Amino acid sequence: MLHQLEGSQAIAKAVALCRPGMVCAYPITPQTHIVEHLGELVHAGELWNCDYVNVESEMAAISVTIGSQAAGVRSYTATSSQGLLYMIEGVYNASGLELPIVMTLGNRAIGSPINIWNDHSDAMAVRDAGWIMLFPETNQEAADLHIQAFKIAETLQCPVMVCVDGFVLTHAYEQVDIPSQEMVDDFLPHYKPQVCLDVANPLAIGTMVPPEYFMEVRYLAHKKQFEALKIIEHEEKNFHEKFERHAGGLIRTYKTEGAETIIVAMGSVLGTIKDTVDELNAQGGKFGVVSIVSYRPFPSEALEAALAIAPHVVVVEKALAVGIGGILSQEVKLCLKNPRKKVSSIIAGLGGRAITKSMLKHCLEHDLHWEKILSWEEDHREIFLGLNHDTIKKEFESVKNCCCKQKENQ
Amino acid sequence: MNKPFATVLESATSLQNKTGSWKTVRPEYVNRLPPCNVTCPAGENIQQWLSLAQEGKFFEAWKVVMQNNPFPAVMGRACYHTCEQTCNRGRFDGAVNINLLERSIGDLAITNNWEIEEIGTATGKKVLVIGAGPSCLSAAYFLRKYGHEVTVYERHLEPGGMMRYGVPPYRLPRWVINAEIRRIINTGVKLYCNKRVQNIKNEMRNFDAIYIATGAHVPAKIDVEISGKTNIFDAIDLFKKLEDSRGENTFELGKKVLVYGGGNTAIDAARTALRLGAENVKIIYRRTLEKMPAHDTEIQEALQEGIEVLCLRCISMIDGKKILLDKMDYDAENNLLSKNGDSEVIAADSVIFAVGQFIDSDLFRNVEGLVISEKELLEVDKNMMTGLRGVFAGGDVTPGKRTITDAIGHGKKSAKCIDAYLRGIEVAPNVKTEVANFKKINTSYFKKIEPLKVKKFDDLSFEEKDISLPKEKIISEARRCFSCGNCFHCDNCYGYCPDNAIGKSRDGTLTFNYEYCKGCGICSCECPCGAIKMVSQID
Amino acid sequence: MTSLTIGNRLDDQDAAEQSKYDRHNSLTSGHRACQGCGEALAARCVIDAAHRVTGGNIAVVNATGCLEVFSCVYPENSWRVPWLHSLFGNTAAVATGVASAFALAGSKDTRVIAQGGDGSTFDIGLGCLSGMFDRNDDVLYVCYDNQAYMNTGVQRSSATPVFARTATTLPTKGYMGNSIGTGKNVPAIAMAHGIPYVATASIANIRDLEEKISKAILLRGSRYVHVHVPCPLGWGYPPSETIRMARMAVECGLFPLFEAENGVLVGSTPVDNPKPVDDYLRIQRRFAHLFGKNASPDSIEALQQIASRNIEKYRLSGELSHE
Repeated sequence: MLHQLEGSQAIAKAVALCRPGMVCAYPITPQTHIVEHLGELVHAGELWNCDYVNVESEMAAISVTIGSQAAGVRSYTATSSQGLLYMIEGVYNASGLELPIVMTLGNRAIGSPINIWNDHSDAMAVRDAGWIMLFPETNQEAADLHIQAFKIAETLQCPVMVCVDGFVLTHAYEQVDIPSQEMVDDFLPHYKPQVCLDVANPLAIGTMVPPEYFMEVRYLAHKKQFEALKIIEHEEKNFHEKFERHAGGLIRTYKTEGAETIIVAMGSVLGTIKDTVDELNAQGGKFGVVSIVSYRPFPSEALEAALAIAPHVVVVEKALAVGIGGILSQEVKLCLKNPRKKVSSIIAGLGGRAITKSMLKHCLEHDLHWEKILSWEEDHREIFLGLNHDTIKKEFESVKNCCCKQKENQ
Repeated sequence: MNKPFATVLESATSLQNKTGSWKTVRPEYVNRLPPCNVTCPAGENIQQWLSLAQEGKFFEAWKVVMQNNPFPAVMGRACYHTCEQTCNRGRFDGAVNINLLERSIGDLAITNNWEIEEIGTATGKKVLVIGAGPSCLSAAYFLRKYGHEVTVYERHLEPGGMMRYGVPPYRLPRWVINAEIRRIINTGVKLYCNKRVQNIKNEMRNFDAIYIATGAHVPAKIDVEISGKTNIFDAIDLFKKLEDSRGENTFELGKKVLVYGGGNTAIDAARTALRLGAENVKIIYRRTLEKMPAHDTEIQEALQEGIEVLCLRCISMIDGKKILLDKMDYDAENNLLSKNGDSEVIAADSVIFAVGQFIDSDLFRNVEGLVISEKELLEVDKNMMTGLRGVFAGGDVTPGKRTITDAIGHGKKSAKCIDAYLRGIEVAPNVKTEVANFKKINTSYFKKIEPLKVKKFDDLSFEEKDISLPKEKIISEARRCFSCGNCFHCDNCYGYCPDNAIGKSRDGTLTFNYEYCKGCGICSCECPCGAIKMVSQID
Repeated sequence: MTSLTIGNRLDDQDAAEQSKYDRHNSLTSGHRACQGCGEALAARCVIDAAHRVTGGNIAVVNATGCLEVFSCVYPENSWRVPWLHSLFGNTAAVATGVASAFALAGSKDTRVIAQGGDGSTFDIGLGCLSGMFDRNDDVLYVCYDNQAYMNTGVQRSSATPVFARTATTLPTKGYMGNSIGTGKNVPAIAMAHGIPYVATASIANIRDLEEKISKAILLRGSRYVHVHVPCPLGWGYPPSETIRMARMAVECGLFPLFEAENGVLVGSTPVDNPKPVDDYLRIQRRFAHLFGKNASPDSIEALQQIASRNIEKYRLSGELSHE
């Protein structure tokens, strides 16, 4: 049934339909509305047989869910930004313990400077933590991916993080189809833990592993992610069959056939990108779009195939690896078999900076026109979308002046 | 179940890790000798029978006493209990009242007519025991247990020797002596009283071995000038007459009595005098009170009864009722000397001499092989054998401490040596065992408990007051025992081992599991009684 | 035998769980704790006692630290109970999750024990512990206090006694080791949360420890038991003396044994004739600098005052005695 809902509410309703036994989170913007709503559902008895625990920190939030999940109960948490960093030790721990926890990450910039608005820096900070990381494009997909997330997590015994753009999705009202409980129950069976704390079978969970075995543990975790690629695709099909709409999967392509430039991105920005591409193509451009839904596991093969024909790939990403550049673009480059293919990087929307069609259009038409790109000596460049060059120039000058003064004083 | 690799483990898989390889020292359960056992002249295993008494197993406790001493009820009264002087508990809150416990268990045996059951297979060897004092009867008892035929010849009318003729009845009632002797006789010992052996060599033809323990009954004489009409007794004679008159007071000691001597016999004589009607009894002793050979408890009891002890004095002259006492002192070299001219005269109705006894050596004179030493004692080798092959001796005729307990010990030891001799084997040497001294006790595990105090004498009669303990008090007093050097199953080692390296079976048996023992030594350190020893692993 | 020993062959009723032939041995042999480890012993006592009274219906959450490292290194697990190790600082919260899950799954009778050392309890995990107390989550938290970070090589924790030498409080000229005026009292902090039960215990008194655990495990809500566990390596004494150390700490008043319910002190184990702290300090290398060439009577006096204050504060002179 279609509802006009805030993204957070849609996610909360979807999570509730998955019948978690534990919801535990600590308040942080922009994730708060999700757990507020879940708390309401628990306390109102709508989500029954579920414990909602108010904790004193994100570290406690992830820890409580580690405990409850290890004791065999479907568990959910949500956080953003600093909160994710505060619980990061637990994030690694949950995947190391192979606990199928589901977490919503309301993507937000990381301070300092403190900034509550959207970018992907927080998600990028845990990209190697062994979680499956899914990036929905819309509120509908955000809701749907949570339903899939529990299924994937529990099939694989691996935690899943659904990375939802803060504010852009979490706080946006859209029409969302919330499926019925029966449909979700049919898709997501009752949780039967494979390994858990059990008096009848007293296992020790969370051993110390010495050097003789540690490599194997990590290798197996790596292999498990490859296994996840298949399961994610499988569940996307499965979901489509049951719910008659597309959500999830590894990647999605948009107008890539015959495209000379393919734009790769994740999350809500894809809507703007597709509109821009439509406009550019209408004017004779040859642009296509590839959305990465599954950031971890990274869908290298699918991406390689989707990008094969285009000589130029532009990655639009909402995070920056300071000192080297784009993160996603590095990874995209890594999976390309053709070393001559040009990959450029657009760093955009950091700390909630707006990404508009006109900005993108201008960038793609002028700065990153593919013919221009082909003549570049270096294939490694990034563009900071919407960067105020005047401000930067002034800042550099003031720094220079300051330095000169210091020298004079000496 | 799809169990993750390495991060999830089945329970108790660490048992494959044999941490025992870490250790450089390992604990071992040992049985160290408790000090009480060490000092017991009869070699009793006191700790062991106390341990049984703690559980209320009085019959079993009695049987353990009987392994080393056939006279628990006698010893529980007449023994000077050196065990209590060395009892480690004495340094904590007061020694365990071992003597009283032994007596109480001995009395239980008499009341319940417990008999000696274990008699060895008959060997067909015949042993003559000359005398029926404690040493002889002890020897007779052990020889029977070895399976030998035993005949006892006693020259007195009644058996018991010094038990009967040397200890006054208020300390040792005669029914106790009779009961414990009867029990020995019941094992098949042939006892002939009023029978004096005339010729040892003759007897040797009839017997395979002989044990002589005829005691020391001849009063020592002392050089004192005596004139006038004076009532003079010898302690041993006094006791014998009292015994033969069955306690009837036919003596006229008068009101003021002096006893001369410092040993236990002197104390017994003084206290007997009180019971025979004397009102003022003084003990005259040459040295200081500290040097008195009598046992301290005996001295204390005598003092409590009002007996005075005049030290550093010796009787130099007795003239009727006037007794001249020379005062004594030590010189610079610590020699005891008479202080010239310093003397006093005191009045006395009677004087009792208790200055020691000699052996009656008539029987041994002119017997080839038997040697009388300079000290007028029968000489024996380390196996209690005299110079005459097959003839053994013990008790007061031979060198020793001259207590009933020592005599019983001699009897036991001699029986062992006689048995070896009769079987033609070597006497098994005593195994030297480490003593569990006070340092070995971890007193943290014991609560301080006042030792049992029993008021022994209410009045001055020859009747013994009933001081035997009721069963629950036997148990509670026995439970004060530290169990020095011997495991009493407190489970400290088992409970404290951080490595579960001690196994405990359903019946409580504890065993070290050296596969896992890391050799930390907590078990040894926390053993309350010093029954665990750390032994080097490096050989 | 009238004794204060762990068992008693004469009286089964009076015997501690640790004396029973069929004790569970929850932490079994083959673990890698150092020789004479007080923590290994305490952990077995605690879990065995809980195992007995719950009929084996327990699960354990363990903080990172010595106990975790020596008991569960692949492929050797010493535990004979369901056991979970997550992290160093989050044990109380993980236990909250476990307890909640059991309750939800209809296994409310499965009791949850969280356990950790003083580092994870006093320092890195105090936030989570306080959160657990605040919510009165149904967990028994047991702290094994060996008074420093032993696993990492004996560094100071906020449970380290003043003047103690650790790798991060090495005495030098003019510095007598861990500064006076530092440290915190977690049992008191636990009491301040008003949780149903708080107790301190010592491995020198295993019966008392077991009684407290047996009582605590059957209560509901947050319970905190603090166990004093000497460490031969960290304190500097021979491994055989572990129990003796614990006993002496109790006997001088430096480690008071008490119980509190709902934030109120309800009982304490009296210390008859408290022994001077000197005896206890002198035999430990971590306090050797208080006695050596640069001996410092003031420092010993300061520690004596702490002991004396404990005796007063926890009424160890006998007014609150259980016995």
